[in-house]
Amino acid sequence: MTTPSAPLAPTPGQTVGPFFHYALPYPGDRDLVPQGSPGSVRLHGTVHDGAGAPVPDALVEIWQAGPDGRVVQEHGSLRRDGFTFTGFGRASTTRAGHYDFSTLLPGPTDPGAAPFFAVTVFARGLLHRLFTRAYLPADAPGASAEALAADRLLASVEESRRTTLVATTDAPTPASAASGVLGLRFDIHLQGGSETVFLAYPGH
Amino acid sequence: MPEPVLAPQADVDAEMAAITGAYEQAGVVETQPRRDYAPYRSSLLRHPTKSLHHADPETIELWAPCFGPTDVDPLEADLTVQHTGEPIGERMVVTGRVTDGEGRPVRHQLVEIWQANAGGRYVHKRDQHPAAVDPNFTGVGRCLTDGDGWYRFTTIKPGPYPWKNHRNAWRPAHIHFSMFGTEFTQRVVTQMYFPGDPLFALDPIFRSIVDPAARARLVASYDHDVTTHEWATGYRWDIVLTGSNRTLTETDTEDGDH
Ligand SMILES: [Fe+3]
Repeated sequence: MTTPSAPLAPTPGQTVGPFFHYALPYPGDRDLVPQGSPGSVRLHGTVHDGAGAPVPDALVEIWQAGPDGRVVQEHGSLRRDGFTFTGFGRASTTRAGHYDFSTLLPGPTDPGAAPFFAVTVFARGLLHRLFTRAYLPADAPGASAEALAADRLLASVEESRRTTLVATTDAPTPASAASGVLGLRFDIHLQGGSETVFLAYPGH
Repeated sequence: MPEPVLAPQADVDAEMAAITGAYEQAGVVETQPRRDYAPYRSSLLRHPTKSLHHADPETIELWAPCFGPTDVDPLEADLTVQHTGEPIGERMVVTGRVTDGEGRPVRHQLVEIWQANAGGRYVHKRDQHPAAVDPNFTGVGRCLTDGDGWYRFTTIKPGPYPWKNHRNAWRPAHIHFSMFGTEFTQRVVTQMYFPGDPLFALDPIFRSIVDPAARARLVASYDHDVTTHEWATGYRWDIVLTGSNRTLTETDTEDGDH
């Protein structure tokens, strides 16, 4: 065992740059479960810059609990077998700044906790990654207004900005009704009036 | 569309010098890049203007995704054997240890790299630099750290390349690195540089880390013990992730059988 000592200075971050597309994306990166599979959800949104313009060269990662609220520690995120849920996904934005995941709803990690996706954002022009949370909206299965109201992080954020941390449920479409796939929208604003609340964890 | 008029290097240098001067005056040590760093023009509309909100990591954030032998082929750590022929340039090995803020090794975790070829050209459809593409070099590698936190890649030393931040802007040679830690909060993407690069002082991405000691942490060192006889030069670069918040279990701290 190593005895904890004074923290070592961390290696600084740098921008992901404009040329990550041939390196970081991989087949199945955004599909934590196969698209359209029973019980799956679509988590998607647009990344915007300070002028409201879409960011076409951003990379969004999610890390989440399974539907039972447990933290998954399974290999296989980079070589999806179509059956193993690993809890990790990666999606680069389209030319319209849009990202898209096919996944499962995270469950509450503790009884009564508000379920959320942990989110990391990278982009050309963004010098250091950003962290945030995408909470399930109150009307999503397994979520509730009570749990959201009782959440410690949400309560610590000024009310006017709290909505930037909560996904919204897509209006049903004929296609979504037929497939039963629930759509959750989580837009990310890097800057500006509707700037997303980004997080600093201890040690950052 | 008319070509935008780009600022000369001297203007960007003056902006960077002013920021450095203010940093030295302030006397508070910074360890990370500034997200708000105007000399890097693309950052202007892409940095948050409100301060980050403090969060205590909870459950899922105290764990990281788990990668294993099914995810990465050991051959992916050698960027010089991905094609039929030998890539052009200086063959080199880069190796180092990934630890957390307490010095504990980050075991069996994913490291991803990507880079330009020896001529400073990326295999990316948006790279406009008129330098040759090397048919024997893609410039993408992956590996898992070993039971003591070590990673190791064999590759070709990348060249510097021009970009459009300002007039006559050139990036110092670098390798992009992506790392996961033992918990979500440690995720980081960065760039590794080579010692003595004459472009350091001129580059707003490197200098967005305003503290010189912090910048130096991104510079690898030449290591003759890594260099191999009649084969490859060697560089050593260690990586320290931000401190972890989870109480580590034995599986994290002992080299288990997985
Ligand atoms: Fe680069």
